[in-house]
Amino acid sequence: MLDTLDRAIINELQGGFPICESPYAVVAEQLGTSEGELISRLQRLLDEKILSRFGPMYHAERLGGGLTLAAMAIPDEQFDAVADQVNAFPEVAHNYAREHELNMWFVLATETPQRIDEVIREIEATTGFNVINMPKEEEFFIGLRFEA
Amino acid sequence: MSEALAKQPDQEACIIDEIDRALIQATQTGLPLSPHPYHTLATALDIDADEVMRRMQRMLESGIIRRIGAVPNHYALGYKGNGMSVWNVADENITELGKRIGALDYVSHCYQRPRHLPDWPYNLFAMVHGHDRAEVADKVAAIARLLGSDDRGHEILFSSRILKKTGLRLGS
Repeated sequence: MLDTLDRAIINELQGGFPICESPYAVVAEQLGTSEGELISRLQRLLDEKILSRFGPMYHAERLGGGLTLAAMAIPDEQFDAVADQVNAFPEVAHNYAREHELNMWFVLATETPQRIDEVIREIEATTGFNVINMPKEEEFFIGLRFEA
Repeated sequence: MSEALAKQPDQEACIIDEIDRALIQATQTGLPLSPHPYHTLATALDIDADEVMRRMQRMLESGIIRRIGAVPNHYALGYKGNGMSVWNVADENITELGKRIGALDYVSHCYQRPRHLPDWPYNLFAMVHGHDRAEVADKVAAIARLLGSDDRGHEILFSSRILKKTGLRLGS
C-alpha cells in the first residue's frame, strides 16, 4: 500500500530530478521529509516494482541509435514460448501482450539505426513469424504524468 | 551551452564521447540511491564529480537525456486500463490532428507510424490510460468526437500483460 509520502514522491519525481551535490536532500526538503527516508522509500518502490526505474531517460535517436515499435501475430498456444524468444533479445526494451490479431507489440532499441532491420530479421528467423515494423515518423507528445 | 549542442531535430544524433558513453552505461539501469549519486558515479568512472554533473546537465539540455526522474509502473498505480488507440486519418491532416490528440491530458504518447495496407490502415497511435477499460473506451470515444469526419476508422488494443520492460540498454 502507498501512503501519502509515497504518492508525493512518485508525483514529484516524474517531473524531474536536480543535478547537484545532494539532490535527494533537495527533493526531500521539498517533500518535507529526510534524505534517508526518501532514499529508503525509493529503494522500496523500486523493489516492489511500483516504479519501473529511477534515473535518466535517454533519447535513443539522439544517441545515434535506432528505435522502433514492432508487432507480431502469434497463435495462443505458442505465445509464451515466442515471448521468451523475443524477450531474450537485449534490443527488446518493452514487450506487451495486446488483445488483437497482432497480439505481441515490442519496442526495439539498437546501437545503430541499421541494426533495427537486422534484429527484425533475427527475430523472424528465431521465431518463424513475421515482424511488422512500425517506426515512428513523427512524435507529437510524450509526457503524461500518472497521479499516484 | 555551445551552438553545436543546441536542440536538434528528432532523428539527428548529438555528439557524445567515450566518457558520456560510460556515464550512460553506468546510469541506464538507474541513478545510484546514495546521498551524493553524481559523486558515486564519479568514483566509479574515476572522473571528477563536477565533470559528471556538467556532462549530465549538457546531455539534459541537448535532449540526449529526456529527463531524470521516476518511471512508475502504471499498473501498480491503479491504471489498469491501458489502451493503444490506433487511428486512420488523412496524411495531409495528421500533423495538426496529432498535436491536438497529443495535447489531451489522458494521452501519454502520440506518434505517426506507417500504415501496412491492406491489413493495417492506421497511421496515428495514441496511448490512452485510465483506471479501467470503460474509462479508456470513454476517452477514445471523446477523441473520435474531436476528430469527427477525420476519423476514418480506429481500434483500441488493450494490453493484457507486460512481457518485458527494461528500457533502453546500450551495449558495451
